[in-house]
Amino acid sequence: MKFTVSWLKEHLDYTASLDELSEKLTAMGLEVEEITDRAKELAAFRVAYVVEATQHPDADRLRVCKVDTGSEIVQVVCGAPNARTGMKGVFAPSGVYVPGTDLLLKPTKIRGVESNGMLVSEREMGVSDEHDGIIEMPEDTEIGASYAALAGLDDPIIEIAITPNHQDALGVYGIARDLAASGFGTLKALDTSAIAGKFESPISVALNFEGDDPLPCSKFVGRYVRGVKNGPSPKWLQDKLKAIGLRPISALVDITNFVTYDLARPLHVFDADKINGNIQARLATQGETLLALDGEEYEVDADACMIADDAKAVGLGGVMGGEDTGCSEETTNVFIEAALFDPIRVAVTGRKLGIESDARYRFERGVDPAFVETAMEIATRLVMDLCGGEPSNVVVAGRGPDWQKTVELRKTRVRDLGGVDVPVAKMIIILDKLGFKPVEDGDVIRTEVPSWRMDIDGEADLVEEVLRVYGYDNIPAVSLPKINAVAKPSVTVKQRRVRIAKRALAVRGMMEAVTWSFLPRAHADLFGGVPDEIILVNPISADLDAMRPSLLPNLVAAAGRNHARGFADVSLFEVGSEYHSDRAEGQVMVAAGIRAGETSSRHWAGGGRVFDAYDAKADALAVLAAVGGPADAAQVVTGAPDWYHPGRSGLLQLGPKNRLAAFGELHPRVLEAMKIKGTVVGFEVYLGNVPMPRGTAETARPPLVASDYQAVERDFAFEMDRDVPADKIIKAVRGSDKKLITDITIFDVYEGEHVGEGKKSVAFSIRLQPTDKTLTDDEIDAVAAKVIANVEKASGGSLRG
Amino acid sequence: MQDIEKLEGELLGEIGNITNLDALESLRISALGKKGSVSLMMRGLGQMDPAERQIIAPQLNKLKTTVGDAVDAAKARLHAAELDIKLAAERIDISLPARPETQGRIHPISQVMDEITEIFADMGFDIAEGPDIEDDFHNFTALNIPPEHPARQMHDTFYLPEKEDGSRQLLRTHTSTVQIRTMQSQEPPHRIVVPGRTFRCDSDQTHTPMFHQIEGLVIDKTSHMGHLKGVLVEFCKAFFEVDDVTMRFRPSYFPFTEPSAEMDIKCTFAGDHVKIGEGDDWLEILGCGMVNPRVLAHCGIDPNEYQGFAWGMGIDRIAMLKYGIPDLRAFFDADLRWLKHYGFVPLDVPTLGGGLSR
Repeated sequence: MKFTVSWLKEHLDYTASLDELSEKLTAMGLEVEEITDRAKELAAFRVAYVVEATQHPDADRLRVCKVDTGSEIVQVVCGAPNARTGMKGVFAPSGVYVPGTDLLLKPTKIRGVESNGMLVSEREMGVSDEHDGIIEMPEDTEIGASYAALAGLDDPIIEIAITPNHQDALGVYGIARDLAASGFGTLKALDTSAIAGKFESPISVALNFEGDDPLPCSKFVGRYVRGVKNGPSPKWLQDKLKAIGLRPISALVDITNFVTYDLARPLHVFDADKINGNIQARLATQGETLLALDGEEYEVDADACMIADDAKAVGLGGVMGGEDTGCSEETTNVFIEAALFDPIRVAVTGRKLGIESDARYRFERGVDPAFVETAMEIATRLVMDLCGGEPSNVVVAGRGPDWQKTVELRKTRVRDLGGVDVPVAKMIIILDKLGFKPVEDGDVIRTEVPSWRMDIDGEADLVEEVLRVYGYDNIPAVSLPKINAVAKPSVTVKQRRVRIAKRALAVRGMMEAVTWSFLPRAHADLFGGVPDEIILVNPISADLDAMRPSLLPNLVAAAGRNHARGFADVSLFEVGSEYHSDRAEGQVMVAAGIRAGETSSRHWAGGGRVFDAYDAKADALAVLAAVGGPADAAQVVTGAPDWYHPGRSGLLQLGPKNRLAAFGELHPRVLEAMKIKGTVVGFEVYLGNVPMPRGTAETARPPLVASDYQAVERDFAFEMDRDVPADKIIKAVRGSDKKLITDITIFDVYEGEHVGEGKKSVAFSIRLQPTDKTLTDDEIDAVAAKVIANVEKASGGSLRG
Repeated sequence: MQDIEKLEGELLGEIGNITNLDALESLRISALGKKGSVSLMMRGLGQMDPAERQIIAPQLNKLKTTVGDAVDAAKARLHAAELDIKLAAERIDISLPARPETQGRIHPISQVMDEITEIFADMGFDIAEGPDIEDDFHNFTALNIPPEHPARQMHDTFYLPEKEDGSRQLLRTHTSTVQIRTMQSQEPPHRIVVPGRTFRCDSDQTHTPMFHQIEGLVIDKTSHMGHLKGVLVEFCKAFFEVDDVTMRFRPSYFPFTEPSAEMDIKCTFAGDHVKIGEGDDWLEILGCGMVNPRVLAHCGIDPNEYQGFAWGMGIDRIAMLKYGIPDLRAFFDADLRWLKHYGFVPLDVPTLGGGLSR
């Protein structure tokens, strides 16, 4: 909502400064967003006298002017056809910024002739589109005077943000009323006197609805004014509209816009001669069309409130009038409409049709229901003042909505809810000035909600009204009482696991990314796809239309972007949600990461190696271990989802039903589809599947069992089929002596010429740790023999000699 | 007697001149070995008469000890010299760069979430969470935003496809949904903060379609707007790590709070950085208010018995302010250079006792 200071002063007597006004508006909840002071911006543009204008020696269209600026005589080359000796114009000296052309003036030579400064047009000053020539000032204008002041531009424009509850402040008068209530100046009374009609309106109005509640149009007030002359509106009106960014059209139309912004009361004017018969408000018929004032043809459904004459639709109630029946320069008889429309229906119609109009904006927030006839009188007076003519009697249909409300405020409520003790007498004064007609009644203050405050519907609203005027800044800040002297932990196990997973992965050298929860559907399809129910209807762009079924695709895409920037080695992770349905259960918390390129860059002591599936496995196990999951007990099986390389990926699980993680190389097909070169490995840990710690939190650790007897290490190497999993060997070894064998390390896996075709050699070492005595050679040999037998049996291989 | 002194002089002289361990060992054997010169003299003691032996024996023992000590000392000297030579040969170029190690980073959003929750945990708040995909009731209706309310238009909601019954799920536009879920599922009193992802169909220089919010909710029988101010001023001081913050409460409007306010803090813009707490400019950092009685009623809480307040704040935004990060969109781009520069090392775990930031 924009207005100028002088406009406000037409409704409010006050003496405070602009800064004080701005502070007060904000303190009242009418937040000042911007103040534009054109007098300041245009301060350097001053009236100057053209002492002499002569033809430029080398250019037909240019003149060389000697300009008296009041302080000196300067030479200016000017291309305007009206630059001539003895005229007064507006001059901008060198060093000044010219807003209309976005240029900083500098001394220059134009076709060899020196030019210092500029005689400007209105367009160059950015005050209008006028550019037929330079501005001409009246002969008696004082040289050196500020142009902005002379042109009436020394009127700061204030723009305030309007919250949806402040429908009363959508007009300058309402803003003045609110300021006056806070003690900031005195509200001036409006001239609301009735204008006597000279004849009966030839157009009648009717509401034609069946049992609708609330009525789509609850009141329609009309008046016919005959013999008007419609032309450009006077300067004072045009200046107002231009200042707030509206385009003057014609006096009749400008009046409706003025009343809309001045009094928050949208109006419409019909060219009465284009109306067939009478006017009624009714529901539209399905598919009915209207060519609206914005030149667009709209097709509406049966929910829209239509204004129609006897032949056709002439306006969308509360949204926009019709083009065919609008006023033009030729209009001689006008029919003025002031009506009340149901806010919800206006909002629905406006939203469906995509029409953002000043009328809709006000009607959907609520227009003062007790200010319809009065507004008609004000509008009639304006029409008669600006366009002449003779008014009819007012025609009225409907009686408007029931808006009267009584709301009680407990005297203690401002203290208890607002935290500040405002004396009852003070509360009553505040509410009275705001128009609430407060009456003390025992423990409560009873109020009548004014017609312009339809947002007020409860005691809490009155608390806000009192505090708003009393000043939010006067509420003392107090600490919240402590529940516990020392705070208790605030996070759940699940929340803590998310935090720990992040730090565990960062410690492993990975960068934490935060990527969109949505992605291109094509990427989703590469990672298992998503059901239609989680495809966005209105995505921000076509390639962010699906909720992500996995965290990996966004990370892979990010790796691609980093590759393109010249970074080949990428380790990224994210801990966040993936989505599988539109229900809360479909949202799954995952810690996922990818690695591409090499473990480290090339350097003097060697280089990195290419990341492989085992790196991803290590990452997944590290996350499990960090969050307190069963990293050791998890089974490693094949069968990772199909976005992984089928031969180089696996799952970590607790039994076939509880999948803790997937890891491995990503499938080349997926990478190719995402245009990624090289190998990418990745992992996904399903944090929600990690079992919760059992029972109560036990901080004590079990006792340390450490034996001082000599441990023994023995190495073995077996040849076996290539496909035998290492896991099987480890299990066979462990099973050989669960007590003595405390560790097994596979230190070599070899395939090649020294073993048979389709075979491999696996070498490992075991550690035997006795707890009660030193082992004898016989005892060690016995364990070794058992290991050999078990491994040979499990693997089908044989000990290498 | 003279022989002993002479031998001692000779041996000590030889030991002093020796330059390698092998020669020292042969000398030791030739003097103190079984057939060494000192040992042979000791053997001669047996043939002496007791009176003579009493005089000579101590002298010989002294000789043996002196020579033995000298050999040990020479050994230590030679070892040290040998080690010096070895060490000199082992010299490396210490100016070579250390082996590269990859260092990970924590994203500023995670770090700031941890900082915020640390502060509110101290004030007795629990962390609550809720789903990103929500229904109309939790995102709007229960929060006193009926259909066609103008406030809905300000939310730029992402919608999922309409179902047969006409309902449609949406991406939550604020974390206020979790207020409702908490009040519906648990008994008051409540003291929670809710960090999480939120979504609005908006994208430009300062808006991204996904962003992060933290919601706060206090419901009990006595908490009022003064407490709301107290909580927020204490939060700002702790979070921005300044001694004082000048703040301003402005009346505003949110359907789910009444009275409602927006909070601005004083700041100074100096180049790329913002100094928080004092200065000439006001910076809006959050919206808040007393929970609207209608919202309490929607959640089955008696507004005549309980009251409280709520606030919502942009995590990304206050992260940008605190750490001088210029561009919101870069938060979600996963650019390694950005993550390395603005990210946090993993051991920088924010705590109140140890300090939130370094």
